[in-house]
Amino acid sequence: MATLQFREAILAGIDEEMARDERVFIMGEEVAEYNGAYKVTEGLLEKYGFKRVIDTPISELGFAGIGVGAAMNGLRPIVEFMTFNFAVLAADQIINHASKARYMLGGQLSCPVVFRGPNASAGQLGATHSVAYDSMYAHFPGLTVIYPSEPDDAKGLIKSAIRSEDPVLFMESEQMYGMKGEVSDAEDYIIPIGKAKVKRQGDDVTVVATGKMVHVVKQAAVELAKNGVEVELIDPMTIKPLDMETILTSVKKTNRCVVVDEAHPFGGVAAEVGFLIQREAFDYLDAPVQRVTLPDVNAPFSKKLFDLWFPDAKQVVEAVNAVTYRG
Amino acid sequence: MATKHKDIIFAPVGIDPTKNGKATGAASGKQSPLEKSVDLPAPTAANHKEAGLSKAQLHTMYEQIYLQRRFEERAMQMYQKGKFGGFLHLYIGQEAVSTGTVHALNDDDDIITAYRDHGWGLVRGVTPNEGMAELFGKATGCSKGKGGSMHFASVENHFWGGYGIVGGHIPIGGGIAFANKYQQNGRVTTCFFGDGAVDQGALHETLNICQLWKLPCIFVVENNGYSMGTAARRHTVNEIHERAKGYGMKSAIINGMDLFSVYKEMKAIADDVRKTSEPWFVEIRTYRYRGHSMSDPQKYRTKEELAEYQKIDPLEKLRGYLLENKLMTEKAVKDLEAKIDQQVLDAIDFAEESPFPENEALFEDMYAGEPYFHDKGNFES
Amino acid sequence: MAHKIEMPKLSDTMEEGVIVKWNVQEGDRVEAGDIIAEVETDKATMEVEAFDPGTVLKIVAKEGDAVPLGGIIVVIGEEGENIDGLLGDGADSGGAGGASTGSGGSGNAVDVTGPGVGGGGTDVAGGGTGVAGGAEEFDPILGDLQGGAGAQASTRGTAASAAGATNGVSGATGVGGAAMGGGGNGVAATAGALATAAASGARVKASPLARSMARERGIDLATVRGSGPDGRIVKADIESARAGAPAPQVAQPVQRATEDIRVSQMRKVIAKRLSESKFTNPHFYETVDIDMEHATSTRAQLNEISDVKISFNDMIVKACATALRKHPYVNSSWLGDTIRMHGDVHIAVAVAVPDGLMTPVIRHADQKPLSQLSKETRELAGLARDKRLQPDQMEGSTFTISNLGMFGIEEFTAIINPPNAAILAVGAIRDVPVVKNGQVVPGKRMKVTLSSDHRIVDGAKAAEFLSTLRNLLQNPLLMFLSEGV
Repeated sequence: MATLQFREAILAGIDEEMARDERVFIMGEEVAEYNGAYKVTEGLLEKYGFKRVIDTPISELGFAGIGVGAAMNGLRPIVEFMTFNFAVLAADQIINHASKARYMLGGQLSCPVVFRGPNASAGQLGATHSVAYDSMYAHFPGLTVIYPSEPDDAKGLIKSAIRSEDPVLFMESEQMYGMKGEVSDAEDYIIPIGKAKVKRQGDDVTVVATGKMVHVVKQAAVELAKNGVEVELIDPMTIKPLDMETILTSVKKTNRCVVVDEAHPFGGVAAEVGFLIQREAFDYLDAPVQRVTLPDVNAPFSKKLFDLWFPDAKQVVEAVNAVTYRG
Repeated sequence: MATKHKDIIFAPVGIDPTKNGKATGAASGKQSPLEKSVDLPAPTAANHKEAGLSKAQLHTMYEQIYLQRRFEERAMQMYQKGKFGGFLHLYIGQEAVSTGTVHALNDDDDIITAYRDHGWGLVRGVTPNEGMAELFGKATGCSKGKGGSMHFASVENHFWGGYGIVGGHIPIGGGIAFANKYQQNGRVTTCFFGDGAVDQGALHETLNICQLWKLPCIFVVENNGYSMGTAARRHTVNEIHERAKGYGMKSAIINGMDLFSVYKEMKAIADDVRKTSEPWFVEIRTYRYRGHSMSDPQKYRTKEELAEYQKIDPLEKLRGYLLENKLMTEKAVKDLEAKIDQQVLDAIDFAEESPFPENEALFEDMYAGEPYFHDKGNFES
Repeated sequence: MAHKIEMPKLSDTMEEGVIVKWNVQEGDRVEAGDIIAEVETDKATMEVEAFDPGTVLKIVAKEGDAVPLGGIIVVIGEEGENIDGLLGDGADSGGAGGASTGSGGSGNAVDVTGPGVGGGGTDVAGGGTGVAGGAEEFDPILGDLQGGAGAQASTRGTAASAAGATNGVSGATGVGGAAMGGGGNGVAATAGALATAAASGARVKASPLARSMARERGIDLATVRGSGPDGRIVKADIESARAGAPAPQVAQPVQRATEDIRVSQMRKVIAKRLSESKFTNPHFYETVDIDMEHATSTRAQLNEISDVKISFNDMIVKACATALRKHPYVNSSWLGDTIRMHGDVHIAVAVAVPDGLMTPVIRHADQKPLSQLSKETRELAGLARDKRLQPDQMEGSTFTISNLGMFGIEEFTAIINPPNAAILAVGAIRDVPVVKNGQVVPGKRMKVTLSSDHRIVDGAKAAEFLSTLRNLLQNPLLMFLSEGV
């Protein structure tokens, strides 16, 4: 095992795949000479040169589309967005083209492109830099959405993403880039897409969370354990395909579930997971599924308001208390 | 203090003889003999040999133009008979662009276009049967009945398909060119779109990137005079081909009603791209005879304008050229036309008789890899 | 402007109240200070007063409904005022009722105030039968109603409405999408009085898991008390509930309807207090057999001269009060870190009332003559039976006496009435043969059992108290001597 930062784990995965497959290249704003806005692509230019590590203009729609076309025409592009908040400008390429071209042409082509970059809030960046887009993209058929929470998962999953035959959105977090963790140094370490991980075992309540929220839940779980409540933390890791089987198995054991999602409440991951639990595990529920999400409000700047806005461990504890009929 | 304008009118209004962006008729006080939405540059003076075309090629071209015309006329008839639904955007009038271009290109050069795509399909690998069946939504269609009119494609023949979002496929054209350059396979990409797409941001981002990265791509505006129902001078400023200047990109303006002009100039441009790996921005001026789609009342143009362009109809023109220059006999032309007429009727029979896709097909062709359908169980009983 | 009157807090421990009686009807004019209703709290029946004048627009909680503190019971405002908005959003006014339709017999009036006033608030006046439309499970109560005639509906209506009210008050969506008043062979009822017979929300709330567990274990959910929000039965409640005994295999027995009766406030209090006492106080029991021969003759003599009738119970109260003065440990309370030795002797007397048990307190029993003890006991017992005891008449006891002698019970043990340290269970006075001077002669004996809290009272101390008590009852004159009267 090696201890790597989250960014280093992603970089290691990209590096391995670029070394393995000539067709893989990476492009995006500041990925080459600047070494990456968040240093995820550090050193790649030096190693692979300007052909395969490409700085783009600030033209998300343009370069995302070039990625889509290149993928259709035989390459394996990794398109980095400085944040998924900017990818909204490229949404036509992701949603109307990458996800649909194969189907509408009757399977005549494929589009193995990876769109990656940080997702959701990174602190006080204001309303336009703070949105979680995972559930929005997961809405669309044909898109795979991955949102890992730890370096090891990130490495194993970025490699799977790059090898996928279909478009993948790989979501990271500015605030997790520096986070260190043990990363497998097994040769060609691959984590299959669509498998959840049980990050903590417990009998009292199932808590489902991805990305940064996994760490919020871990904090809450420590607090809850002091009061004798053992949380089973499920990290789906891929929003889509969503591993409901693992979630349902856990819920059938604990009979209670809280979904923690760093997104707004309407139609989010929390809503979907909650719906499926009520349908698939209705007779196992001892309490309605609860969720902890952002409020239906834009991200504020002010620290005080931001803290109010952002889901924290206390809210998770409260939600767990509600489903376990405590306090 | 700002000048006060009495009548505030944002979009230029009315039917007006014009060059793109420049009113030349009533609005400028001059009387124009004809109201035309596009001014055509002079056609090439070259004969077919000078343009580099053989007699056999001319025969093929005539067959292709006639097929496109006849196919779409029948398609319109079938649509009006209610044989299928959805959109139907006809290419009739613009066939010289597709026909001239495919002959100017190598067979493995790439073509991608927007939703007015039947003609492109028929000259690049989509058979009449597959095309008609696609319109009918049948499993035997070129896109297995999943695309319909807007999504003809024959990827194995390097026709990447028709796309439905105005301007949305322009960056993809750039991406196809990117991959060609990356793989150094010498292929040239041609990306066609209408004059309406010129106003999309996607075009500008793509032109900038492609010029910056020197991608081997020809971006072609098929300026047929109208962005749906809005005349070119009413939706975009200045001459369209001049956009290229802003990107330092090579550009050209071509008479799209003239087959030889399209062939000759596109061939020269493709050769340049192949040699230099530099992109081009080309405006081919042409004219669409039919409405934007089947539901278009065409109030935005005059019958006289349409008649003026029909006088230089590329189909008639080529037929005349073939007969005049004794490259084909009258009988040969008639036989060829009869053959194609029958081919199209057969295509209708084929489409009619073809099965609709099986229910299972609903879940097919979504993924190249492991298929995944969220909550699929909810749709199975 | 209409305003809601919510269930007031009428005692310090009250969590919900049951509407015993409405003094007003919808449409009545009320003035500030009018007593509009009587509410049974966990302690007593209290009066509810209107604080603002107006017209009674909507009686939300029916008689028999249990409403939590803060739940709407009535809306008062100006005549004709639209109060849909006031009730419509009502998380606290009742579940969404959908449409109510009435059909059938004469006198069936349907009162639909509007969407959102469903649940307990959907009125189908007239003795119609009610079915819960669209309900997945028929509640047994509704099932009964469906089959029953109107007359039955009127008697069962209370149970149904009470159950319905529980839902309504908590804001749950009623089970039934539509409550239909059908039938019409019923008694033409006064509008409002039987109004809630067809309540749409008469269902037991349980989590899906609790339901499936109960099914597996053969537990009737109606018998389980829910500890979750709004009384939802959850997994833990099923785990602590005992499965019903397996039914013996016998030839088709006669089917008799099982009836689930709502637990009254009083019963809840009894259950809570006595369970706590029994499970937390280490009880132990000592019994003595007392010769009541002298007590019997003394009582007869006293009653010849007294204008109030002295009962044996009065004499036992007197004897206990006297003995408690001598044995202060028995007249005390366990407070955890301290033991409170009460200076005063206040004796609670258990009184059986129709649906439970009350314990009015005779204050300073040690200082009162028998005649007064007798008079007070009688008064308090009467108030208790009428449920008119005021909270202060039931508070502050230091010792309790429970007498089942009149039922012929020979001896029994009682559960200590907290915060007392002991309770005396009094049995019947029996005619028994006794040996006196070597001769078997008729005698009178009474067994009393003292239940003591071992945290305060040890076995010997209890025995000493009982010994004093026996001595006093066997020689009643001592009671008068010690009192100095």
